[in-house]
This record gives sequence, C-alpha cells and structure tokens, in this order.
Amino acid sequence: MTPARQTVTAFAASRVALAAFSLLALLLLGALLAPWIAPQDPYDLARLELLDARLPPGSRSSAVATYWLGSDDQGRDMLSAILYGLRTSLLVGAASTGLALAIGVSLGLAAAWFGGWFEALAMRLADLQLSFPSILIALVLLAVLGQGLDKIVAALVAVQWAAYARTARAAALVERRKEYVEAAVALALSHARIVFRHLLPNCLPPLVVLATAQFAAAITLEATLSFLGVGLPITQPSLGLLIANGFTYLLSGHYWISLFPGLALLVVLVCVNLVADRLRDVLDPRQRR
Amino acid sequence: MLAHIVRRVAQSIAVLAAMSVLVFAAVYAVGNPVDILVNPQSDQADIARATAELGLDRPLAEQYWRFLGRALRGDLGRSFAFNTPAIGLILERLPATIELATAAMLLAVSLGLPLGLWAGLKPESAAGKTILAGSTLGYSLPTFWLGLMLIMVFSVWLGWLPSSGRGPTVDLLGVPVSFLSAEGLRHLVLPATSLALFNLALVIRLTRDGTRDALRQDYVRFARAKGLTERRIVSVHVLGNILVPIVTVAGVEFGSLIAFAVVTESIFAWPGMGKLLIDSIGVLDRPVIVGYLCIVVTLFVAINLCVDLLYACLDPRVRLEDSA
Repeated sequence: MTPARQTVTAFAASRVALAAFSLLALLLLGALLAPWIAPQDPYDLARLELLDARLPPGSRSSAVATYWLGSDDQGRDMLSAILYGLRTSLLVGAASTGLALAIGVSLGLAAAWFGGWFEALAMRLADLQLSFPSILIALVLLAVLGQGLDKIVAALVAVQWAAYARTARAAALVERRKEYVEAAVALALSHARIVFRHLLPNCLPPLVVLATAQFAAAITLEATLSFLGVGLPITQPSLGLLIANGFTYLLSGHYWISLFPGLALLVVLVCVNLVADRLRDVLDPRQRR
Repeated sequence: MLAHIVRRVAQSIAVLAAMSVLVFAAVYAVGNPVDILVNPQSDQADIARATAELGLDRPLAEQYWRFLGRALRGDLGRSFAFNTPAIGLILERLPATIELATAAMLLAVSLGLPLGLWAGLKPESAAGKTILAGSTLGYSLPTFWLGLMLIMVFSVWLGWLPSSGRGPTVDLLGVPVSFLSAEGLRHLVLPATSLALFNLALVIRLTRDGTRDALRQDYVRFARAKGLTERRIVSVHVLGNILVPIVTVAGVEFGSLIAFAVVTESIFAWPGMGKLLIDSIGVLDRPVIVGYLCIVVTLFVAINLCVDLLYACLDPRVRLEDSA
C-alpha cells in the first residue's frame, strides 16, 4: 500500500472523523452551488420584500415559498444568506490558508536548508509573530489597511505564516540529515530540486495536520473580525457579518438572525477540528501509541 | 540562573525595541503622519504648526529618537475623540479589562483542572467521554457567538442576568472593581464565562493529556506498588507533575485573554480598553490605537518574561541545563 492510501484507510477507521468529513464535504458543496440551490439571490435588492422582514423560521411568503430559517431585517431569506455567507467564509479561509502555507513552508524549508543569517532572521521574525495573539495582530493590521477581501486575506496570512515556517523548519532539519538527501546532494542536483522534490514531500505529514487546524482558526478569526466590523465590507457578507447583523435584533427576541448563521459556522468548525484531530492521530508519529 | 534572567530581560528589551520600530514605521513612515497625528478637522494653519512641532522636516532617524523619547515619557498624543492624552484614556480602562481577564482565567482553571483530571483518570467512562467532547466543542465555539447566545438565553429569554455594562463599582485601593458587590458580580458572570470558554477547553485538554501520560510513568506505578492510596497518587504524584506546564500555559494565555477581551467587551459593552480600541478604530482615533498597541505590547512582553522566569524556577531541568 502507498503511504497516501495507508493514511486514508487509517483515517476512515474512525467513524466520527468520517462523518465529520462527509458533513464538511456536503457543506462545501452547498457553498459552491449556492447560486443554483439557494431559494433566493440574497443580494439582489429588487427581489427582497421589506414586508417580509424579520419573519420567524417556517413562515410562508409571496416571493420565496417558505422562509425555513426565517428572514432578516430586510426580508432576506436566511437560508440563502447563510449559503452565500458560507461561500465567502470558506473562500477566505482557503485562500489565506493556501497563501500562508506556501509562504511559511518556503521560508521554513529555506531556513533549514541554507541556515546562517537567513535562518536566524526568519526564525526571529516567526518568534516575534507567535509571541502575540493572532487577533491583536490582525486587528491592528486591518485598522491600518482598511476593509476588503484582499486585506483580510493579507492580515490572516500575516498572522499564520509563522506557524508553518516553524513546523516546516523543524521537520526539514530532521530530514536533511538522512541519507536520501545526502544522495541527492552527491548527484549535484540543484538546491531548488532537492528542497522541493525531496525534502518537501517528506515534511508534509505535520504540515497537513497544521494546515487543517489553521483552516478552522482562519475561518474563526475572519468571522470575529467581520463581527467587530473591521473585516469584510457589508457588500460581501460572511457568516460573521450575518451574525453581527442579527445582534441588533437579538435583544428584541428575533433570535434566528444570529442563531442560524452561528450554528452553520459552528458545524463547519467542529467538523474541521474533528478531521484535524484524526489526521493528527494518524500522521503525527509522536501521538502514535 | 542569573545568566538566564539577564538573557531573558535583554531579549524582552530587544522585542520592545523591534516593536517600537514597527509602530514608528506604521505611524510615521507609511503615509502622511500629519493625517494620523493631527485631527483631520483642523485647518491649514494648525497643520503647518503641527508639522513643525512634530519635526517632520527632520531626517527619519532623528524623528524615531524623538518618537521614542516621547513614548518613554508616556506621551503618545491626544485623542481626537476625547481631546485628552491617549495614554491616560487607556490606563483609565485598564482595570476593567484586567478584572475581566482575571475572572475568566480563574473560571477556566478552577473548572478545567478537576474536569480534565476526571477525563484523564477515567477516559473510558461516559463522563470522561462527555468532558472530552465538550472540550472539542469549546475549542470550536467562536467566542463572540457564544457571547451572543449567552445574552439570548440568560438575558432575553430567562431574564436572569444583565447583558451589558459593568454595574456599580466599588473602589479597591483606589481602583474601581465590580466583583465586590452582588450587582457587579452579576454583570461579570456572562462576559467572564464567554471569555473563559476557550481556555477552559484548553486547560481540560492539557490536564487530561498530562494525567494520561503521568499514569503511564514509572513513578506512578512505583507509588501504586508501594500501596499508596489513589487519592495521594493523584494529588501528589500526578497533579504535582502536570501542574508546571499548566501554570505556564495559563500565564501565556492570560495575555491572549486581554487581547480577546476586545471581542467580549464590545459584545457586553464592558468599559475596558478593548472596547475603547474598537470604538477608536471606528472613528479613526489613531493616537488611541497607537497607545493601545504600545501598552498591550509592553504588557505582553512583561507577561512572557514573568512566565519564563517562573518556569525556570519551577522546572529543575531548565535550571540544570542552564548552569551546565
């Protein structure tokens, strides 16, 4: 069996992890297909009925057949808004995780391979970043940069690259002492080829675990920042912004505007964390018992 | 040990210096500092006067020294919104934030330790599994949404607890605090619970994993072989060994509680410095933002330093490694 197949089989041995993964895949599909499966385009203002504002879950209306999850203050169907919000949240999470992974891993591998002043500089920078909580750095960056999809992705990357750099460097320092690397050096392969074709694949397991956990952290952080009003602009509402919008109406008993987007967010985060936990059990040799 | 202390203090000062350069770069070097430091509503003459006063025609290095000198004397400019010194405004709100963070940390540790111990001692029992599942949920729950749900259930539906503000405060050594009056305590419950949850989950996990590790160690088996009571094994041999990492994490996490208080304070309208930061970002009150940053960074470096030194005192391995 190939190592990849082995990992998949071991992963699937846990029914909880498999269920979490399936649910996550389903939600991902729902978010991807939102424009086609949502009962309503929540951001086409012409389609919204102000008369339908703040209807409780299950209400019937003229425009949409039934507001299964109720409607918000502008008569927007919450189910549709959640599907579109999920799309934005997952997009931000995936984009920032991918970018931070690419930047952090490149820096970490280069630090381990070249050493010297480059390693010292990169790792001190990572230490500096990791000694402050992510929300603080992201808040301050966004206070300087302003709102926007690109800016929040930039802030999340700035917050997350260091963890990847550290993990990649630690794994690469172990691997570079092994014989296959010595063989590759003896063959006079280029530095880039050795680092990316030989070193990187062998450093992947801990990075995959970390990236999964960081994906959940990125989604949480984006939702928190958007909730605080420094993340995404009102034209691109993610789940965090939907929840913030519902906060205004929570005190007057219109609970569904905040409750359901929050539940959607929670389900995504629990699923991702369960998958990450299982991956850690399967891939991390320190956890093997 | 002394060498360790000196090295750590030097490192902390280096971090503070690095942060001061970053803050200076963000405020002075990027964009026009006049926009940041002078009220945007002031007229042309005011702007010209301020430019000369701030010495913006001088070389960058000299400007940095002036910035550093003023910052060290506690002068970070005046708030646009309140027209008072920014640093005073923040220090005024500091006690409320510290009180909230302390309450949350006490809650997390006092509940997390026994729960984690239980889950670690009886991992296969129904209670053990429930505690573990609960901690996974606690890990995933976003702090801000939990706060909203607490308000929904306990303030709106049940009407048991207030949803905003600090309630009446009582002066303790000249510092206003909430926890000394019944009404103040009622105001503290919901924000502290919502802020504590993540750390509660963290403490449960650390305690549980530490307990399971310790139970497999030779010293616990030996204690069992000696015929010690289960109570003594757990309280002396297990707890004594897992407490060091937990104290360390609790210390480091105290800093992140102060940072995350930004979220909790804005939801519960808790008048701390986190809420001040969000309000200041909203009205672009930049001197206050810079002031908050300076104070929190200093606080952080101080906390990390204390935790590190405490760790060196508690863990003989660090001490020995250092003197070797």
